[in-house]
Amino acid sequence: MLKIENLHVRVAGKEILKGLSLEAKAGEVHAIMGPNGAGKSTLGNVLAGRPGYEATQGTVTFDGRNLLEMEPEARAAAGVFLAFQYPVEIPGVNNTYFLRAALNAQRKARGGSELDSMQFLKLVREKVREMGMTPELLNRAVNEGFSGGEKKRNEVFQMALLEPRLAILDETDSGLDIDALKQVAAGVNSLRSPERAFLVITHYQRLLDYIVPDFVHVLADGRIVESGDAQLARELEAHGYAWVRERAPAEARA
Amino acid sequence: MNAALTPFVESMQDAALAPRLPGSGLAWLDSARATALQAFVQRGLPEVRNELWKYTTLRALSQRRFAAHDAEAAMRMVPPSMLPAVAGDAVRVVFVNGVFRPDLSTSDRLPEGARLQPLSQALREQPEPLRFLLGAQDSEDDGFTLLNRALATEGVILRVEAGTKVAAPLHIVHVGLAGEREAAWHLRSLIELGEDASLDIVEHHVGESGAGHLANLVRDINLRDEARLGWTVVQTAGTEAILLRRCDCRLGDAATLDFHALELGGKLARHEVRVDLAGARARFSSRGAFVLHGRQHADTEILVTHRGRDTVSDSLWRGVADGRGRGVVHGRIMMQPGADGAEGGFYNKNLLLSPDAEIDTRPALEIYADEVKANHGATVGQLDENVLFYLRSRGIPLDMARRLLVRAFCAVTLDGIEPPALREHCGALLAAQLPESMA
Ligand SMILES: Nc1ncnc2c1ncn2[C@@H]1O[C@H](COP(=O)(O)OP(=O)(O)OP(=O)(O)O)[C@@H](O)[C@H]1O
Ligand SMILES: [Mg+2]
Repeated sequence: MLKIENLHVRVAGKEILKGLSLEAKAGEVHAIMGPNGAGKSTLGNVLAGRPGYEATQGTVTFDGRNLLEMEPEARAAAGVFLAFQYPVEIPGVNNTYFLRAALNAQRKARGGSELDSMQFLKLVREKVREMGMTPELLNRAVNEGFSGGEKKRNEVFQMALLEPRLAILDETDSGLDIDALKQVAAGVNSLRSPERAFLVITHYQRLLDYIVPDFVHVLADGRIVESGDAQLARELEAHGYAWVRERAPAEARA
Repeated sequence: MNAALTPFVESMQDAALAPRLPGSGLAWLDSARATALQAFVQRGLPEVRNELWKYTTLRALSQRRFAAHDAEAAMRMVPPSMLPAVAGDAVRVVFVNGVFRPDLSTSDRLPEGARLQPLSQALREQPEPLRFLLGAQDSEDDGFTLLNRALATEGVILRVEAGTKVAAPLHIVHVGLAGEREAAWHLRSLIELGEDASLDIVEHHVGESGAGHLANLVRDINLRDEARLGWTVVQTAGTEAILLRRCDCRLGDAATLDFHALELGGKLARHEVRVDLAGARARFSSRGAFVLHGRQHADTEILVTHRGRDTVSDSLWRGVADGRGRGVVHGRIMMQPGADGAEGGFYNKNLLLSPDAEIDTRPALEIYADEVKANHGATVGQLDENVLFYLRSRGIPLDMARRLLVRAFCAVTLDGIEPPALREHCGALLAAQLPESMA
């Protein structure tokens, strides 16, 4: 579904991703871990199409299409979703209104019909129940005055409603209390399906106890330096990233 | 010394020669008009060195000529779309190219206690009560006010008696239609509410695109003690319209003026609103927005003077400019001696949507009293790229995302517009106006 090959990305004149390769197939969950500043969010942003993130080398294909050529809104319609590490506040734009505009824009772009307000509200009510969302948050302006945890839950709620094919969760677990973490994980797990892939960016093993990944990658200094299964995350938790750095030259020699 | 005799000034002098001015022959009026014209010719149009005209240059205007009137104005067909229903039971007063249109108006349906006359009729029937209004000069007159004194032929003279609460809104519509020649008209209005009277006015400016004209409106609003006026201006004038509007408001004890404005049309649309909070506990609130594109120019001047004790003013404005649009917002709060306990606030935020757009905002406080609170704030910024990206990442196309954000930016100024149908009407106009070039 997603194939990244030798991707180099420059942000504000500085090369951040330096030859990153990664393949995610439908149905898979990939966890991406790595030290602060390694380029994890940069990867999420470049996949979602944030302006100013310039791919200078390499390719990204999504369902066989060149993702890098597509506008952010076209990527969303094609099924790419980024849950932001820092969701923005949008004063004056009602959350429900925004969700409906987003869903209908995507449906329209895919050549489908738009939902009227009755159909939409029915869908929202369903998702609120499934995701354990606080309905009150839907009547407020998007993320305005939301607590850190509420913002993250709002991201996951959007994901549940928009039903993307590739969901990138950028530290969605940071700032969540234990109950919220479980709820978010349950939400993600309920969305796991053979048609859908996840990139889960996290610093914490704890999340991966709830969302058990098929693969774990370590992103350091702009590339994937280590890949493994769920066990890798546990070793990282035990030994830290220095351990990867020490191992890497040894493996290169082998 | 005369200012340069520009084509504009000449055409206004010619207009004054026309024998058709209502009220001609009244000695006091003839003399006031002649004096005002002379003063105008001497002074000319306001110049940018005048603090209140600093960012609105009239150099191009001074080279244009305008006809004294549109001879066909009384007969022109007005498309129904230009006479929107703002509330089912609204009483309507319509002016087409500055001429009162009884055929389109329903002002005779005002309830007991409220009386409306077109200025022309009042001058014919009982001019004397208007002497204080039309016979005077004022040190605060500028070129356009003087012109208006010299040439005003029409307007709204409205009096609401003490204690009268007018339930249905009064809808005043100014229509600008294309004529043989580009015409100028000068309207002078007086709106007086007696003690404890209450009224809502919706003032629409509509017009054909491409029809050039100049409308020079001067109004006086006088609210006696405890009177309340809700006043909403919705301006969707044609693309070539020049609108120069001034309003002088005086509020008695505990009187209230709620002002809303949505400025969307016109080539040059200026509104100078002066509010004198003369009585104790008088309150003025204003909410307004303009959205400009192409080469539109909007200039809003809100000049509030607190004189009474415990008076309150509170203004919230939003400006949006795209293309080569140019906006000016000037909010001035003056606290005069004796205005103890007064509170004033003026807040203005602006959005530039293109590198060639410009908005100048100047909040100003002048405080000559103790024990008062005065606040102001003004910003000029751009749409937040992070927010735009967030919306797009959810599938909302760029142009829609920009519209959504601009609309949200302006929406706060629509809060409080009554009735709700009018608020929705304004919201729809705003949405429709959001620059198509924003894609
Ligand atoms: N817009 C930008 N301008 C300048 N530098 C940037 C910009 N965006 C990212 N960077 C830099 O790129 C590097 C990688 O940032 P990125 O946000 O991708 O790291 P990360 O792996 O997500 O880190 P964290 O775990 O702290 O979230 C950092 O050094 C960061 O300062
Ligand atoms: Mg990050």
